[in-house]
Amino acid sequence: MVMSLVCITLGVGLFVVTQATTTGFERFFIKTIVGTNGAIRIEDRIQETLRTMEAERGNDASGFVVEVKEGRKYIQGIQDPGLLIEAVRRFGNVAGTSEVLYGAAEIRSSFKNEAARVYGIQLEDHLQVSDLARQIVRGHLADFRQTPAGTLVGIKLAERLQLEVGDSFQLQAGGEVRRYRVSAIFETGIGEIDKDRVFVHLGEARSLLRRPTGASFIQVNVIDRDRATQDAAHMEAVLGHSASSWQERERTWLDVFRALRLSTSITVSVFTLIAGIAMYNTLALVVMEKTKDIAILRSMGYTRRDVTRIFLWQAAMVLAVGALLGCGLGAAVTYGVSLMKIRIRGIFTADHFIVAWSVWHYLSAVVISVVMVMAASLIPARRAARLEPGDVIRGTAQ
Amino acid sequence: MKTPSVMPPSLAPSADDAVLRCEGLHRSLGQGEGQVHVLRGVSFAARRGEVYAMVGPSGCGKSTLLYLLGLLDVPDRGEIWIDGQLMPRDDDAARTAARGRHLGFVFQFHFLLLEFSALENVMLPMRKLGRWSLPEMQERAHALLTSVGLGAKTHRLGNQLSGGEQQRVAIARALANQPSILLADEPTGNLDVRNSAMVFDLLTSLARQNGQAIVVVTHNPELAARCDHTLPMRDGQFAS
Repeated sequence: MVMSLVCITLGVGLFVVTQATTTGFERFFIKTIVGTNGAIRIEDRIQETLRTMEAERGNDASGFVVEVKEGRKYIQGIQDPGLLIEAVRRFGNVAGTSEVLYGAAEIRSSFKNEAARVYGIQLEDHLQVSDLARQIVRGHLADFRQTPAGTLVGIKLAERLQLEVGDSFQLQAGGEVRRYRVSAIFETGIGEIDKDRVFVHLGEARSLLRRPTGASFIQVNVIDRDRATQDAAHMEAVLGHSASSWQERERTWLDVFRALRLSTSITVSVFTLIAGIAMYNTLALVVMEKTKDIAILRSMGYTRRDVTRIFLWQAAMVLAVGALLGCGLGAAVTYGVSLMKIRIRGIFTADHFIVAWSVWHYLSAVVISVVMVMAASLIPARRAARLEPGDVIRGTAQ
Repeated sequence: MKTPSVMPPSLAPSADDAVLRCEGLHRSLGQGEGQVHVLRGVSFAARRGEVYAMVGPSGCGKSTLLYLLGLLDVPDRGEIWIDGQLMPRDDDAARTAARGRHLGFVFQFHFLLLEFSALENVMLPMRKLGRWSLPEMQERAHALLTSVGLGAKTHRLGNQLSGGEQQRVAIARALANQPSILLADEPTGNLDVRNSAMVFDLLTSLARQNGQAIVVVTHNPELAARCDHTLPMRDGQFAS
């Protein structure tokens, strides 16, 4: 029984901890990518290609049909962002939109040159669809807001170019070279972004990239981000532009997190499985030791179901205590883990373990242990119920 | 004390006034070549308030008959009536319910649940029957233990009692649900002479007071002689 109790406690506790940490990191990753690239991105225009061509059939002439492979053509960028934004804002779940124009450029500091991606934004709009304000690690957004030549530079890019807030640098795109100033340095935590992204004012981007009209994409923020996939599909159908939700864009990473969560659940459930086996062994032994007691209870009028219940109650009590201790252990260890220092950079930025507190982790752990332990207990309990009192008493008496 | 009668089956009580009755009971034990025909068509009836002793050599089928009468085992052939009601052979639930309502058992070994107190052991059959409330059950268990001389030891665990005391608790437990029939298999077989006499007297006097039929299997001729009826058995049948 002690072995069962320990295994149930460990099984429930560790299940909670692994779920809390994997879910914590997953949620943080989602928060980071949604806070950086938005919940939905609307970009290229979709043009349906010709599918069939049919000649009209006259009274005497024979008609004909030319069949063309069906498909769709993407026309890069957004020609009339204002009109599209107006249409997007009519969707109920939309919380904000930001017009973005981007292009490749070379960034030159006094130290070295690097390739960069220039993102032209309207700051106030972009703050509604991103966590840019929270991602500023040095300098101030106010400086960017007030300075037409101000920029926001990714932290890795700034480090490579040895740029600090207030420093000047040049951006070259095509034949155009313009000078800018570092207003602030941001860190999204996503290495790919932090190493080459530079935010400039939208007007500056139009001049630098020589694109006086249009936009590269519209970044959209939504109220319920779990509905982003359905909204994106709806927008694509209605607006005639490709729209991708954060779930589609980050499918690979999300699948990695899902697989990780599942694999840790399976691994940790081994403890619960051992608890079930231990419970089976214990109850099987108890049944062997208590055959006389079972027989005497049956002689008093206790039914087979009563006998089964007695053993299942015994298992249930151990299970209840184990599950309670396990939940306590899980909560304590989760709290302890959340205080642990760990430096993560690359897909997000974290300086300590990130945990998620959810009652579902505890419920899942308890349900798994209940199913495994009670299923394992049922076999010896039913064996006890099948004992014939006459056989037992006669055997003992002899 | 009444002079005991050796009662051949033909003198058994009629079906009308018998609280326990069986007809043509057959039972074989073992399997294959090792199978033994233990009971060969036994018929028997018992009246309320009377004590019946089944005697005979080992292996003659006394205990087997007792277990069949107590619905702890199922006969190969034959029928059993309790309080005029035919006991089904293949309905375990009905047989179990009948055991709880009508039958009390005392075995050679006390079979107390040693982790429980004397009081709790006596309350076990009552808990299942559900006829009384918890305070009523406690009161009744206490009264029964007092009647067997253990009123001061009600809270002792089973393993804190002597052999004679354990068997007296077993008697109190057998009487707990006011059964109409008390079945005892060598109830004094594990006790010394003094305790044997005391336990047997207690068993029979309490049962007589309550108007219960008692069927006792015993090897002890002195105890058998103190019963109302003696039923000698041989080779799976009552000896005529």
